[in-house]
Amino acid sequence: MRYSGLKIFTEALTGNKGWGPNWRQPTPKDTYDVIIVGAGGHGLATAYYLAKEFDIHDVAVLEKGWLGLGNVGRNTTIIRSNYMLPGNEPFYELSMKLWEGLAQDLNYNVMVSQRGLLNLFHNDPQRDSFIRRGNAMRLAGADAVLLDQDGVRRMYPFFDFDSSRFPIKGGLLQPRGGTARHDAVAWGYARKCDELGVDILQNCEVESFIIEGGICKGVETAKGSIRANKVAVCVAGSSGHVMAMAGLRLPIESHVMQAFVSEALKPVIHGVVTFGAGHFYVSQSDKGGLVFGGDIDGYNSYAQRGNLPVIEDVCEGGMAIMPMIGRARILRAWGGTVDMSMDGSPFIDKTDIERLYFNGGWCYGGFKATPASGWCYAYLLANDKPHEVASKFRLNRFKSGNMIDEKGMGAQPNLH
Amino acid sequence: MRKGWAHSQTCIERHNNMIIDHPLLGPRDAREFVYLGDASLMNRPDWKDENAAEQFYEYLYLRTNTMGEHRELWYHEHGDRSWLVVTRHTLTHEITKVELARDLGLNVGQNK
Ligand SMILES: Cc1cc2nc3c(=O)[nH]c(=O)nc-3n(C[C@H](O)[C@H](O)[C@H](O)COP(=O)(O)OP(=O)(O)OC[C@H]3O[C@@H](n4cnc5c(N)ncnc54)[C@H](O)[C@@H]3O)c2cc1C
Repeated sequence: MRYSGLKIFTEALTGNKGWGPNWRQPTPKDTYDVIIVGAGGHGLATAYYLAKEFDIHDVAVLEKGWLGLGNVGRNTTIIRSNYMLPGNEPFYELSMKLWEGLAQDLNYNVMVSQRGLLNLFHNDPQRDSFIRRGNAMRLAGADAVLLDQDGVRRMYPFFDFDSSRFPIKGGLLQPRGGTARHDAVAWGYARKCDELGVDILQNCEVESFIIEGGICKGVETAKGSIRANKVAVCVAGSSGHVMAMAGLRLPIESHVMQAFVSEALKPVIHGVVTFGAGHFYVSQSDKGGLVFGGDIDGYNSYAQRGNLPVIEDVCEGGMAIMPMIGRARILRAWGGTVDMSMDGSPFIDKTDIERLYFNGGWCYGGFKATPASGWCYAYLLANDKPHEVASKFRLNRFKSGNMIDEKGMGAQPNLH
Repeated sequence: MRKGWAHSQTCIERHNNMIIDHPLLGPRDAREFVYLGDASLMNRPDWKDENAAEQFYEYLYLRTNTMGEHRELWYHEHGDRSWLVVTRHTLTHEITKVELARDLGLNVGQNK
Protein backbone atom coordinates (compact mmCIF):
# COMPACT_ATOMS: atom_id res chain seq x y z
CA MET A 1 0.00 0.00 0.00
CA ARG A 2 1.30 3.43 -0.97
CA TYR A 3 0.79 6.23 1.51
CA SER A 4 -0.21 9.58 0.09
CA GLY A 5 -2.28 12.63 0.78
CA LEU A 6 -5.01 11.23 -1.45
CA LYS A 7 -5.02 7.98 0.51
CA ILE A 8 -5.50 9.83 3.79
CA PHE A 9 -8.28 11.84 2.24
CA THR A 10 -10.18 8.88 0.85
CA GLU A 11 -9.68 6.89 4.05
CA ALA A 12 -11.07 9.79 6.05
CA LEU A 13 -14.19 9.73 3.91
CA THR A 14 -14.62 5.96 4.14
CA GLY A 15 -14.24 5.46 7.88
CA ASN A 16 -10.50 4.61 7.88
CA LYS A 17 -11.27 0.98 7.19
CA GLY A 18 -8.58 0.48 4.56
CA TRP A 19 -5.46 0.68 6.72
CA GLY A 20 -3.81 -2.71 7.28
CA PRO A 21 -0.92 -3.80 9.46
CA ASN A 22 2.49 -2.57 8.31
CA TRP A 23 4.08 -6.01 8.33
CA ARG A 24 3.10 -9.69 8.50
CA GLN A 25 3.74 -12.07 11.40
CA PRO A 26 5.18 -14.92 9.33
CA THR A 27 6.09 -18.38 10.60
CA PRO A 28 9.79 -19.11 10.13
CA LYS A 29 10.86 -21.12 7.08
CA ASP A 30 13.48 -23.87 7.47
CA THR A 31 16.12 -22.01 5.47
CA TYR A 32 16.86 -18.55 4.16
CA ASP A 33 19.53 -17.10 1.98
CA VAL A 34 20.44 -14.53 4.63
CA ILE A 35 19.54 -14.40 8.31
CA ILE A 36 19.94 -11.07 10.05
CA VAL A 37 20.05 -11.25 13.84
CA GLY A 38 18.49 -8.19 15.49
CA ALA A 39 15.58 -6.07 14.23
CA GLY A 40 16.95 -2.72 15.30
CA GLY A 41 17.45 0.13 12.86
CA HIS A 42 20.61 -1.40 11.41
CA GLY A 43 19.24 -4.92 10.99
CA LEU A 44 16.08 -3.70 9.27
CA ALA A 45 18.00 -1.27 7.05
CA THR A 46 20.35 -4.09 6.06
CA ALA A 47 17.44 -6.33 5.06
CA TYR A 48 15.82 -3.48 3.14
CA TYR A 49 18.90 -2.64 1.07
CA LEU A 50 19.68 -6.33 0.52
CA ALA A 51 16.27 -6.72 -1.10
CA LYS A 52 16.09 -3.38 -2.83
CA GLU A 53 19.65 -2.73 -4.00
CA PHE A 54 21.10 -6.21 -4.24
CA ASP A 55 18.02 -8.21 -5.20
CA ILE A 56 18.39 -10.69 -2.34
CA HIS A 57 14.83 -11.23 -1.09
CA ASP A 58 15.10 -14.55 0.73
CA VAL A 59 15.95 -12.82 3.97
CA ALA A 60 14.77 -13.17 7.59
CA VAL A 61 15.33 -10.64 10.36
CA LEU A 62 15.27 -12.40 13.75
CA GLU A 63 14.40 -10.35 16.81
CA LYS A 64 14.37 -11.55 20.39
CA GLY A 65 11.53 -9.23 21.43
CA TRP A 66 9.55 -6.88 19.25
CA LEU A 67 11.17 -4.80 16.55
CA GLY A 68 12.42 -1.47 17.77
CA LEU A 69 12.79 -2.65 21.35
CA GLY A 70 16.49 -1.83 21.47
CA ASN A 71 18.48 1.33 20.96
CA VAL A 72 16.67 2.38 17.82
CA GLY A 73 13.72 3.23 20.06
CA ARG A 74 15.79 4.65 22.90
CA ASN A 75 18.11 7.20 21.35
CA THR A 76 18.01 10.99 21.28
CA THR A 77 17.56 10.95 17.48
CA ILE A 78 20.45 13.20 16.51
CA ILE A 79 21.76 12.79 12.98
CA ARG A 80 24.97 14.44 11.78
CA SER A 81 28.10 13.83 9.73
CA ASN A 82 30.61 15.87 11.67
CA TYR A 83 33.43 13.38 12.11
CA MET A 84 37.03 14.13 11.36
CA LEU A 85 38.96 10.99 10.46
CA PRO A 86 39.04 9.69 6.88
CA GLY A 87 37.96 6.22 8.05
CA ASN A 88 34.73 7.69 9.41
CA GLU A 89 33.64 10.87 7.69
CA PRO A 90 32.81 9.61 4.16
CA PHE A 91 30.69 6.87 5.75
CA TYR A 92 28.68 9.30 7.86
CA GLU A 93 28.29 11.66 4.94
CA LEU A 94 26.84 8.81 2.87
CA SER A 95 24.45 8.24 5.74
CA MET A 96 23.45 11.90 5.77
CA LYS A 97 22.73 11.80 2.03
CA LEU A 98 20.59 8.70 2.52
CA TRP A 99 18.70 10.42 5.37
CA GLU A 100 17.92 13.30 3.06
CA GLY A 101 15.99 11.03 0.70
CA LEU A 102 14.75 8.47 3.20
CA ALA A 103 11.14 9.58 3.63
CA GLN A 104 10.61 9.46 -0.15
CA ASP A 105 12.49 6.22 -0.50
CA LEU A 106 10.50 4.47 2.23
CA ASN A 107 7.25 6.28 1.49
CA TYR A 108 7.09 6.83 5.24
CA ASN A 109 7.37 10.01 7.25
CA VAL A 110 10.59 9.49 9.20
CA MET A 111 10.50 13.17 10.15
CA VAL A 112 14.04 14.02 9.13
CA SER A 113 14.47 17.57 10.32
CA GLN A 114 17.69 19.28 9.26
CA ARG A 115 17.41 21.92 11.91
CA GLY A 116 21.16 22.46 12.27
CA LEU A 117 23.57 20.96 14.77
CA LEU A 118 25.73 23.35 16.76
CA ASN A 119 28.80 22.24 18.75
CA LEU A 120 29.80 24.99 21.15
CA PHE A 121 33.39 25.84 21.95
CA HIS A 122 34.62 27.61 25.03
CA ASN A 123 38.29 28.43 24.50
CA ASP A 124 40.93 28.99 21.82
CA PRO A 125 42.42 25.49 21.51
CA GLN A 126 38.93 24.10 21.15
CA ARG A 127 38.22 26.63 18.43
CA ASP A 128 41.34 25.48 16.58
CA SER A 129 40.33 21.86 16.79
CA PHE A 130 36.82 22.66 15.60
CA ILE A 131 38.23 24.53 12.60
CA ARG A 132 40.28 21.47 11.80
CA ARG A 133 37.24 19.24 12.08
CA GLY A 134 35.14 21.59 9.98
CA ASN A 135 37.77 21.51 7.25
CA ALA A 136 37.93 17.72 7.35
CA MET A 137 34.16 17.59 7.03
CA ARG A 138 34.15 19.87 4.02
CA LEU A 139 36.89 17.86 2.36
CA ALA A 140 34.57 14.85 2.59
CA GLY A 141 31.73 16.77 1.00
CA ALA A 142 29.84 17.62 4.20
CA ASP A 143 28.86 21.11 5.31
CA ALA A 144 30.36 23.04 8.21
CA VAL A 145 30.19 26.67 9.26
CA LEU A 146 32.31 28.27 11.96
CA LEU A 147 30.38 30.75 14.10
CA ASP A 148 31.88 33.34 16.37
CA GLN A 149 30.16 34.41 19.56
CA ASP A 150 27.87 36.84 17.75
CA GLY A 151 26.87 34.15 15.30
CA VAL A 152 25.81 31.88 18.14
CA ARG A 153 24.13 34.79 19.92
CA ARG A 154 21.95 35.40 16.90
CA MET A 155 20.75 31.79 16.99
CA TYR A 156 20.41 31.35 20.74
CA PRO A 157 20.39 34.74 22.50
CA PHE A 158 19.56 33.19 25.87
CA PHE A 159 22.74 31.15 26.30
CA ASP A 160 25.02 31.99 29.22
CA PHE A 161 27.76 33.50 27.03
CA ASP A 162 29.69 35.17 29.79
CA SER A 163 29.69 32.36 32.30
CA SER A 164 32.97 32.76 34.16
CA ARG A 165 33.70 29.04 34.13
CA PHE A 166 32.72 28.05 30.57
CA PRO A 167 32.14 31.19 28.49
CA ILE A 168 30.70 30.43 25.05
CA LYS A 169 33.11 31.69 22.40
CA GLY A 170 31.43 30.31 19.31
CA GLY A 171 30.49 27.07 17.66
CA LEU A 172 30.82 24.75 14.72
CA LEU A 173 27.51 24.49 12.91
CA GLN A 174 26.47 21.69 10.60
CA PRO A 175 23.35 23.14 8.98
CA ARG A 176 22.35 19.76 7.48
CA GLY A 177 22.54 18.02 10.86
CA GLY A 178 19.40 17.59 12.90
CA THR A 179 17.02 14.90 14.10
CA ALA A 180 14.78 12.13 12.78
CA ARG A 181 11.91 10.24 14.36
CA HIS A 182 13.60 7.10 15.70
CA ASP A 183 10.58 4.78 15.93
CA ALA A 184 9.38 5.79 12.49
CA VAL A 185 12.77 4.82 11.08
CA ALA A 186 12.35 1.27 12.43
CA TRP A 187 8.73 1.07 11.31
CA GLY A 188 9.40 2.59 7.89
CA TYR A 189 12.19 0.14 7.12
CA ALA A 190 10.18 -2.78 8.52
CA ARG A 191 7.18 -1.96 6.37
CA LYS A 192 9.29 -1.79 3.21
CA CYS A 193 11.20 -4.96 4.11
CA ASP A 194 7.92 -6.78 4.45
CA GLU A 195 6.71 -5.46 1.11
CA LEU A 196 9.88 -6.75 -0.53
CA GLY A 197 9.33 -10.24 0.87
CA VAL A 198 11.60 -10.14 3.91
CA ASP A 199 10.34 -12.18 6.90
CA ILE A 200 10.52 -10.24 10.16
CA LEU A 201 10.44 -12.84 12.91
CA GLN A 202 9.71 -11.26 16.28
CA ASN A 203 9.98 -13.09 19.62
CA CYS A 204 12.56 -15.29 17.94
CA GLU A 205 15.70 -14.96 20.04
CA VAL A 206 18.87 -16.48 18.64
CA GLU A 207 20.16 -18.89 21.27
CA SER A 208 23.18 -20.37 19.49
CA PHE A 209 24.87 -20.65 16.13
CA ILE A 210 25.02 -23.79 14.02
CA ILE A 211 28.70 -24.01 13.15
CA GLU A 212 29.90 -27.03 11.19
CA GLY A 213 33.55 -27.37 10.20
CA GLY A 214 34.27 -23.70 10.82
CA ILE A 215 31.33 -22.60 8.66
CA CYS A 216 28.22 -20.96 10.06
CA LYS A 217 25.19 -22.78 8.71
CA GLY A 218 22.37 -21.15 10.65
CA VAL A 219 21.02 -20.48 14.11
CA GLU A 220 19.07 -22.16 16.90
CA THR A 221 16.24 -19.92 18.02
CA ALA A 222 13.33 -19.80 20.41
CA LYS A 223 11.25 -20.99 17.44
CA GLY A 224 13.53 -23.87 16.42
CA SER A 225 16.55 -24.10 14.15
CA ILE A 226 16.75 -22.01 11.01
CA ARG A 227 19.43 -22.59 8.40
CA ALA A 228 20.95 -20.00 6.14
CA ASN A 229 23.61 -19.41 3.58
CA LYS A 230 24.85 -16.39 5.53
CA VAL A 231 24.25 -15.18 9.08
CA ALA A 232 24.64 -11.47 9.78
CA VAL A 233 24.70 -10.37 13.41
CA CYS A 234 23.48 -6.85 14.12
CA VAL A 235 22.54 -6.70 17.80
CA ALA A 236 24.17 -3.45 19.05
CA GLY A 237 24.37 -3.60 22.88
CA SER A 238 24.12 -7.39 22.91
CA SER A 239 27.12 -7.85 20.58
CA GLY A 240 29.45 -9.33 23.20
CA HIS A 241 26.83 -11.71 24.53
CA VAL A 242 25.73 -12.93 21.10
CA MET A 243 29.17 -13.30 19.54
CA ALA A 244 30.32 -15.23 22.60
CA MET A 245 27.89 -17.93 21.43
CA ALA A 246 30.16 -18.29 18.41
CA GLY A 247 33.20 -18.37 20.68
CA LEU A 248 34.39 -14.91 19.68
CA ARG A 249 35.68 -12.18 21.97
CA LEU A 250 35.28 -8.66 20.63
CA PRO A 251 37.00 -5.30 21.12
CA ILE A 252 33.73 -4.13 22.70
CA GLU A 253 32.29 -3.48 26.16
CA SER A 254 28.56 -3.00 26.82
CA HIS A 255 27.69 0.12 28.79
CA VAL A 256 24.53 1.92 29.83
CA MET A 257 23.60 5.22 28.22
CA GLN A 258 20.74 7.32 29.59
CA ALA A 259 18.46 9.87 27.97
CA PHE A 260 15.89 12.32 29.29
CA VAL A 261 12.82 14.26 28.27
CA SER A 262 11.53 17.32 30.11
CA GLU A 263 7.95 18.45 30.42
CA ALA A 264 6.62 20.19 27.33
CA LEU A 265 7.77 23.79 26.93
CA LYS A 266 7.03 26.43 24.34
CA PRO A 267 9.39 26.32 21.34
CA VAL A 268 12.77 27.56 22.47
CA ILE A 269 15.57 25.38 21.07
CA HIS A 270 15.13 25.24 17.33
CA GLY A 271 18.19 23.16 16.51
CA VAL A 272 20.47 20.64 18.19
CA VAL A 273 23.05 22.05 20.59
CA THR A 274 25.99 20.39 22.30
CA PHE A 275 28.04 21.71 25.20
CA GLY A 276 31.77 21.71 24.57
CA ALA A 277 33.11 21.70 28.11
CA GLY A 278 31.25 18.66 29.33
CA HIS A 279 28.92 16.15 27.81
CA PHE A 280 25.43 17.49 27.16
CA TYR A 281 23.33 17.69 24.02
CA VAL A 282 19.77 18.84 23.56
CA SER A 283 17.03 19.30 21.03
CA GLN A 284 13.33 20.01 21.44
CA SER A 285 10.71 17.59 20.21
CA ASP A 286 7.63 18.64 18.30
CA LYS A 287 5.62 18.00 21.44
CA GLY A 288 7.77 20.55 23.26
CA GLY A 289 9.85 18.30 25.49
CA LEU A 290 13.55 18.96 25.72
CA VAL A 291 15.23 15.73 24.63
CA PHE A 292 18.70 15.53 26.11
CA GLY A 293 21.53 13.31 27.20
CA GLY A 294 25.20 13.26 28.08
CA ASP A 295 27.84 10.81 29.19
CA ILE A 296 27.44 7.08 29.51
CA ASP A 297 27.39 5.82 33.10
CA GLY A 298 30.81 4.31 32.60
CA TYR A 299 30.65 0.75 33.93
CA ASN A 300 29.83 -2.51 32.13
CA SER A 301 26.09 -3.02 32.04
CA TYR A 302 23.33 -4.80 30.16
CA ALA A 303 20.67 -3.47 32.54
CA GLN A 304 19.12 -0.81 30.25
CA ARG A 305 18.91 1.53 33.21
CA GLY A 306 21.44 3.80 34.84
CA ASN A 307 22.21 5.63 38.06
CA LEU A 308 21.48 9.04 39.56
CA PRO A 309 24.96 10.64 39.54
CA VAL A 310 25.01 10.74 35.75
CA ILE A 311 21.56 12.34 35.67
CA GLU A 312 22.87 15.10 37.92
CA ASP A 313 26.00 15.50 35.81
CA VAL A 314 24.02 15.76 32.56
CA CYS A 315 21.66 18.35 34.05
CA GLU A 316 24.61 20.39 35.28
CA GLY A 317 25.90 20.45 31.71
CA GLY A 318 22.56 21.82 30.55
CA MET A 319 22.52 24.42 33.29
CA ALA A 320 25.99 25.57 32.24
CA ILE A 321 24.76 26.70 28.83
CA MET A 322 21.20 27.77 29.64
CA PRO A 323 20.48 28.32 33.31
CA MET A 324 16.88 29.13 32.43
CA ILE A 325 16.01 25.45 32.05
CA GLY A 326 16.64 24.95 35.76
CA ARG A 327 12.95 25.13 36.56
CA ALA A 328 11.88 22.63 33.92
CA ARG A 329 11.02 19.21 35.29
CA ILE A 330 12.26 15.94 33.87
CA LEU A 331 9.35 13.87 32.70
CA ARG A 332 11.04 10.65 31.68
CA ALA A 333 14.45 9.04 31.92
CA TRP A 334 15.54 5.72 30.46
CA GLY A 335 18.63 3.78 29.49
CA GLY A 336 19.91 1.65 26.64
CA THR A 337 22.79 -0.78 26.33
CA VAL A 338 25.43 0.62 24.01
CA ASP A 339 28.24 -1.36 22.39
CA MET A 340 31.31 0.72 23.21
CA SER A 341 34.29 -0.22 21.05
CA MET A 342 37.95 0.15 21.92
CA ASP A 343 38.45 3.18 19.67
CA GLY A 344 34.93 4.56 19.59
CA SER A 345 34.37 3.48 15.98
CA PRO A 346 32.19 0.67 14.61
CA PHE A 347 32.69 -2.64 12.78
CA ILE A 348 31.09 -3.91 9.58
CA ASP A 349 33.05 -7.01 8.74
CA LYS A 350 33.32 -10.75 8.19
CA THR A 351 34.37 -12.82 11.17
CA ASP A 352 36.91 -15.62 11.38
CA ILE A 353 34.01 -18.03 11.07
CA GLU A 354 33.04 -18.42 7.46
CA ARG A 355 29.61 -17.01 6.50
CA LEU A 356 29.21 -15.32 9.87
CA TYR A 357 29.23 -11.52 9.65
CA PHE A 358 29.31 -8.86 12.30
CA ASN A 359 27.99 -5.30 12.52
CA GLY A 360 28.40 -3.48 15.85
CA GLY A 361 30.49 -1.25 18.05
CA TRP A 362 28.25 1.76 17.35
CA CYS A 363 28.75 3.17 20.82
CA TYR A 364 26.19 5.87 21.61
CA GLY A 365 26.16 7.23 18.07
CA GLY A 366 24.77 4.62 15.71
CA PHE A 367 21.34 6.07 15.03
CA LYS A 368 22.71 8.57 12.54
CA ALA A 369 24.54 5.68 10.89
CA THR A 370 21.41 3.58 10.34
CA PRO A 371 20.95 4.05 6.57
CA ALA A 372 24.65 3.80 5.65
CA SER A 373 25.23 0.92 8.05
CA GLY A 374 22.41 -1.01 6.41
CA TRP A 375 23.64 -0.08 2.96
CA CYS A 376 27.27 -1.07 3.60
CA TYR A 377 26.39 -4.23 5.51
CA ALA A 378 24.10 -5.30 2.65
CA TYR A 379 26.93 -4.54 0.22
CA LEU A 380 29.31 -6.71 2.24
CA LEU A 381 26.81 -9.56 2.41
CA ALA A 382 26.06 -9.39 -1.31
CA ASN A 383 29.61 -8.94 -2.60
CA ASP A 384 31.75 -10.45 0.14
CA LYS A 385 33.94 -7.39 0.18
CA PRO A 386 33.57 -4.18 2.15
CA HIS A 387 31.91 -1.10 0.70
CA GLU A 388 34.42 1.64 -0.07
CA VAL A 389 33.26 4.00 2.70
CA ALA A 390 33.15 1.22 5.31
CA SER A 391 36.45 -0.37 4.37
CA LYS A 392 38.16 0.72 7.59
CA PHE A 393 35.56 -0.77 9.94
CA ARG A 394 37.48 -4.02 10.31
CA LEU A 395 37.57 -6.31 13.31
CA ASN A 396 41.32 -6.80 13.07
CA ARG A 397 42.20 -3.11 13.05
CA PHE A 398 43.59 -3.19 16.59
CA LYS A 399 45.99 -5.92 15.56
CA SER A 400 47.13 -4.09 12.46
CA GLY A 401 47.33 -0.72 14.22
CA ASN A 402 44.63 0.96 12.12
CA MET A 403 42.43 2.28 14.91
CA ILE A 404 39.93 5.02 14.14
CA ASP A 405 40.08 6.94 17.39
CA GLU A 406 38.32 10.29 16.84
CA LYS A 407 38.98 11.46 20.38
CA GLY A 408 42.45 9.98 20.79
CA MET A 409 41.44 8.27 24.03
CA GLY A 410 43.06 4.88 23.53
CA ALA A 411 41.68 1.47 24.45
CA GLN A 412 39.36 2.67 27.22
CA PRO A 413 35.76 2.23 26.01
CA ASN A 414 34.11 4.36 28.71
CA LEU A 415 36.08 7.41 27.62
CA HIS A 416 35.01 7.44 23.97
CA MET B 1 14.65 15.43 58.58
CA ARG B 2 14.51 11.72 59.20
CA LYS B 3 11.57 11.32 56.92
CA GLY B 4 13.38 13.11 54.14
CA TRP B 5 16.35 10.90 54.59
CA ALA B 6 14.26 7.73 54.53
CA HIS B 7 12.61 8.98 51.37
CA SER B 8 15.90 9.60 49.62
CA GLN B 9 17.04 6.13 50.64
CA THR B 10 14.11 4.53 48.82
CA CYS B 11 14.76 6.73 45.82
CA ILE B 12 18.31 5.52 45.76
CA GLU B 13 17.24 1.92 46.04
CA ARG B 14 14.68 2.32 43.33
CA HIS B 15 17.27 3.81 41.06
CA ASN B 16 19.66 1.13 42.14
CA ASN B 17 22.38 3.58 42.98
CA MET B 18 25.55 1.61 43.46
CA ILE B 19 27.14 1.44 46.88
CA ILE B 20 30.53 -0.24 47.02
CA ASP B 21 31.33 -1.84 50.35
CA HIS B 22 35.01 -0.93 50.62
CA PRO B 23 36.89 -3.60 52.67
CA LEU B 24 38.67 -0.88 54.68
CA LEU B 25 36.33 2.11 54.60
CA GLY B 26 32.86 0.55 54.57
CA PRO B 27 29.99 1.44 52.22
CA ARG B 28 30.91 4.21 49.75
CA ASP B 29 28.95 5.76 46.89
CA ALA B 30 30.17 4.51 43.50
CA ARG B 31 30.67 8.10 42.35
CA GLU B 32 33.76 8.31 44.57
CA PHE B 33 35.37 5.78 42.25
CA VAL B 34 36.78 5.66 38.76
CA TYR B 35 35.97 2.60 36.69
CA LEU B 36 38.66 0.84 34.70
CA GLY B 37 37.11 -2.41 33.46
CA ASP B 38 37.38 -6.20 33.53
CA ALA B 39 39.58 -7.46 36.39
CA SER B 40 41.48 -9.57 33.86
CA LEU B 41 43.45 -6.35 33.28
CA MET B 42 45.40 -7.34 36.40
CA ASN B 43 46.84 -10.32 34.55
CA ARG B 44 49.38 -8.58 32.37
CA PRO B 45 51.03 -11.01 29.95
CA ASP B 46 54.73 -11.78 30.19
CA TRP B 47 56.68 -9.84 27.56
CA LYS B 48 59.19 -12.69 27.40
CA ASP B 49 56.63 -15.20 26.16
CA GLU B 50 57.02 -16.35 22.58
CA ASN B 51 53.58 -15.13 21.54
CA ALA B 52 53.71 -12.01 23.70
CA ALA B 53 52.45 -9.73 20.90
CA GLU B 54 49.34 -11.86 20.43
CA GLN B 55 48.80 -12.04 24.19
CA PHE B 56 49.12 -8.28 24.62
CA TYR B 57 46.69 -7.70 21.77
CA GLU B 58 44.11 -9.87 23.50
CA TYR B 59 44.89 -8.39 26.90
CA LEU B 60 44.53 -4.80 25.78
CA TYR B 61 41.74 -4.96 23.21
CA LEU B 62 39.50 -8.01 23.61
CA ARG B 63 36.86 -8.34 26.31
CA THR B 64 34.66 -11.18 27.47
CA ASN B 65 31.99 -8.53 28.17
CA THR B 66 30.04 -10.81 30.46
CA MET B 67 26.27 -10.64 30.79
CA GLY B 68 25.98 -11.73 34.42
CA GLU B 69 28.52 -11.72 37.24
CA HIS B 70 31.43 -9.48 36.31
CA ARG B 71 34.68 -8.99 38.19
CA GLU B 72 35.96 -5.49 37.59
CA LEU B 73 38.46 -2.88 38.72
CA TRP B 74 37.36 0.29 40.52
CA TYR B 75 39.81 2.93 41.75
CA HIS B 76 38.89 4.87 44.89
CA GLU B 77 40.04 8.22 43.55
CA HIS B 78 38.07 10.40 45.96
CA GLY B 79 38.99 8.18 48.88
CA ASP B 80 42.01 6.15 49.87
CA ARG B 81 43.18 5.61 46.28
CA SER B 82 43.12 1.87 46.51
CA TRP B 83 42.18 -0.42 43.64
CA LEU B 84 39.25 -2.70 44.34
CA VAL B 85 38.04 -5.80 42.58
CA VAL B 86 34.26 -5.61 42.65
CA THR B 87 32.02 -8.52 41.71
CA ARG B 88 28.87 -7.03 40.24
CA HIS B 89 26.01 -8.37 38.15
CA THR B 90 25.80 -6.56 34.82
CA LEU B 91 22.05 -7.16 34.46
CA THR B 92 21.01 -6.00 37.96
CA HIS B 93 24.04 -3.93 39.08
CA GLU B 94 23.96 -5.91 42.34
CA ILE B 95 27.35 -6.01 44.05
CA THR B 96 28.12 -9.29 45.80
CA LYS B 97 31.80 -9.06 46.65
CA VAL B 98 34.46 -6.38 47.10
CA GLU B 99 38.15 -7.21 47.51
CA LEU B 100 41.33 -5.20 47.66
CA ALA B 101 43.13 -5.67 44.36
CA ARG B 102 46.42 -5.51 46.24
CA ASP B 103 45.57 -8.63 48.26
CA LEU B 104 44.59 -10.53 45.14
CA GLY B 105 47.71 -9.35 43.33
CA LEU B 106 49.95 -10.45 46.19
CA ASN B 107 48.28 -13.87 46.19
CA VAL B 108 48.94 -14.29 42.50
CA GLY B 109 52.53 -13.17 42.97
CA GLN B 110 53.12 -15.65 45.79
CA ASN B 111 51.83 -18.54 43.74
CA LYS B 112 54.06 -17.78 40.76
C1 LIG C 1 20.13 6.74 25.36
C2 LIG C 1 20.72 6.65 24.00
C3 LIG C 1 20.85 7.79 23.21
C4 LIG C 1 21.39 7.71 21.93
N1 LIG C 1 21.44 8.85 21.17
C5 LIG C 1 21.88 8.79 19.89
C6 LIG C 1 21.85 9.94 19.05
O1 LIG C 1 21.37 11.01 19.44
N2 LIG C 1 22.33 9.84 17.79
C7 LIG C 1 22.84 8.68 17.31
O2 LIG C 1 23.30 8.66 16.17
N3 LIG C 1 22.86 7.56 18.08
C8 LIG C 1 22.39 7.57 19.35
N4 LIG C 1 22.39 6.43 20.13
C9 LIG C 1 22.96 5.18 19.58
C10 LIG C 1 22.01 4.42 18.67
O3 LIG C 1 20.72 4.36 19.25
C11 LIG C 1 22.54 3.00 18.46
O4 LIG C 1 23.91 3.03 18.11
C12 LIG C 1 21.81 2.27 17.33
O5 LIG C 1 20.43 2.37 17.51
C13 LIG C 1 22.24 0.81 17.32
O6 LIG C 1 21.77 0.10 16.20
P1 LIG C 1 20.35 -0.64 16.15
O7 LIG C 1 19.28 0.37 15.92
O8 LIG C 1 20.44 -1.70 15.14
O9 LIG C 1 20.27 -1.26 17.62
P2 LIG C 1 19.06 -1.88 18.42
O10 LIG C 1 17.79 -1.16 18.17
O11 LIG C 1 19.51 -2.03 19.83
O12 LIG C 1 18.91 -3.31 17.72
C14 LIG C 1 19.51 -4.51 18.14
C15 LIG C 1 18.41 -5.55 18.26
O13 LIG C 1 18.99 -6.84 18.45
C16 LIG C 1 18.11 -7.56 19.26
N5 LIG C 1 18.78 -8.73 19.82
C17 LIG C 1 19.72 -8.75 20.80
N6 LIG C 1 20.09 -10.02 21.06
C18 LIG C 1 19.38 -10.81 20.22
C19 LIG C 1 19.33 -12.23 20.01
N7 LIG C 1 20.08 -13.07 20.72
N8 LIG C 1 18.48 -12.69 19.06
C20 LIG C 1 17.70 -11.85 18.34
N9 LIG C 1 17.72 -10.51 18.49
C21 LIG C 1 18.55 -9.99 19.43
C22 LIG C 1 17.66 -6.55 20.29
O14 LIG C 1 16.47 -6.96 20.93
C23 LIG C 1 17.49 -5.30 19.46
O15 LIG C 1 16.18 -5.11 19.01
C24 LIG C 1 21.86 6.47 21.43
C25 LIG C 1 21.75 5.32 22.21
C26 LIG C 1 21.17 5.39 23.48
C27 LIG C 1 21.03 4.14 24.30
